[in-house]
Amino acid sequence: MTAVAATLQQFSVRFGEFQALEEVSLEVPQGAFVAIVGPNGAGKSTLLKALLGISPGALRDAPTRVSGTVRVWGRPPEQVPADWVGYVPQVKSFDHSFPALALEVVVSGLRRGWPFRLTPQERAKAQAMLEQVGAGHLAYRRLGRLSGGELQRVYLARSLIRQPRLLLLDEPATGVDVLGEADLYRYLEAYQRRSGATVLMITHDWEAAQHHASAVLLLNRRVIAYGPPAEVMCHTCLAQAFGHVGHAHGLAMEGR
Amino acid sequence: MLEALQLPFIQRALAAGLLVGALTSYLGVLVVQRRLSFLGDGLAHAAFAGVALGLLLNQEPLWVALPFAVTVALAITWVRQQSHLGDDTAIGIFFAVSVALGVLFMSLRQGFAPDAVAYLFGSILTVTPTDLGVMVGLALLVLLLLPLWRAWAYATFDRELALADRLPVALHDYLLSALVALVVVVSVKVVGIVLMAAFIVIPAATARLLSPTFAAMTLWSVGLGVFSVLPGLAAAYGFDVPAGSAIVLTQALLFALALLRRR
Ligand SMILES: Nc1ncnc2c1ncn2[C@@H]1O[C@H](COP(=O)(O)OP(=O)(O)OP(=O)(O)O)[C@@H](O)[C@H]1O
Ligand SMILES: [Mg+2]
Repeated sequence: MTAVAATLQQFSVRFGEFQALEEVSLEVPQGAFVAIVGPNGAGKSTLLKALLGISPGALRDAPTRVSGTVRVWGRPPEQVPADWVGYVPQVKSFDHSFPALALEVVVSGLRRGWPFRLTPQERAKAQAMLEQVGAGHLAYRRLGRLSGGELQRVYLARSLIRQPRLLLLDEPATGVDVLGEADLYRYLEAYQRRSGATVLMITHDWEAAQHHASAVLLLNRRVIAYGPPAEVMCHTCLAQAFGHVGHAHGLAMEGR
Repeated sequence: MLEALQLPFIQRALAAGLLVGALTSYLGVLVVQRRLSFLGDGLAHAAFAGVALGLLLNQEPLWVALPFAVTVALAITWVRQQSHLGDDTAIGIFFAVSVALGVLFMSLRQGFAPDAVAYLFGSILTVTPTDLGVMVGLALLVLLLLPLWRAWAYATFDRELALADRLPVALHDYLLSALVALVVVVSVKVVGIVLMAAFIVIPAATARLLSPTFAAMTLWSVGLGVFSVLPGLAAAYGFDVPAGSAIVLTQALLFALALLRRR
């Protein structure tokens, strides 16, 4: 059975004068584990947000032009029930002043709203989820006092607690220690086996991408290569050899 | 002191003070956590322009100031969503325009406008039954919208996650800012333009120091906002000092205590 989880056709995104994604076309089979790799600014996060149904303009920035189509299980992403999709955002300048316990963050993934009071069931469920990602001891810590790697685990638990069919992970291993990274992959693979979920994961870790993914998407505003890891890695050598220099020139010429 | 509570204008002052304390400190939690502390100031000055326009048109100032300030609040939110400008810049522009308009309206009106000046510092002891009626109405509206706390808190925590979960975040921004505008206009009469920001910012900031969670912060803020009104009003009645000042100084004292307690 080769059901398709997500499809992009000629998908392009322009921020003002800057072309972030150009004619991206690809198909993600159900149950695949796709590693998305590419240089900074390649449009990886933009692609993930498109699959989430967050229109790039919604985060108030430059005027945005989007063309092409995105389908998740054959529907426009914004019509896919939100709890089918788990999302770990890229670590950004996190708002450390928001008063919250790690447990509440995880429960927010369950409720799709901020919890005023946690029910005992929610507490138990969130605690169990945190324990599965090796963060049980963090449950009652304040968010602002977590380290980068601890925070990533909390966000991962948050994305998994709704038992998503599609997991979109934006550099989830950032700041996670080596053991933790091994845990992360082990956990994701186990979850996939159990649930048949599809995983798209952005990473800068080539090694890991090669070892754990069923397919690698090499993205640099366009699809440079997409296929089984071993295949893409050959292209990759080329892309790395030429791509980087060319890419840097390309950016300079855009005059962004 | 107790027999003072028999006096209708004191009763109205007390009711108005408590309502204003509760409303401003509740919305203040969201405003402060979204780093929009300046919004209270900006909208208080929009209220001033609205009042001046009302006086110019010989209308009841409140009925002109309410739609005027809501319009300004929506415009601020629109500019914030459309541009790269920081929130403080968007608010600052409308702040300045409001003051300019307010002064213009006042100058167009023949003669001195004592009522507009009273708005600068507020006068809790001259709250009319109409003022109080509007406040009660607004309090009921806020109660009705209490379930939206969950969405507002979620979007405050992380806008992107809220968007990913299909919350109409932009719509909520407009709604929240309009509600803040309504509360500010109604409160300005009591609190004064100059001290408006304190009512929104200080209880929430104090609550932030005391709370591990956003729910706790909300409860603390409302508690502190309501509580600080009492000594303030007592001082106003007993020693004939301006109520607004006494309330804000009480709020500041509680903030200082919370800060010291953390050491
Ligand atoms: N909302 C936005 N408004 C304007 N430009 C944007 C916006 N979002 C992204 N960009 C630009 O689009 C390009 C691609 O951004 P994106 O975040 O998708 O890159 P990325 O591949 O995830 O990079 P990184 O590896 O650094 O995370 C960048 O040059 C970025 O500056
Ligand atoms: Mg990124």
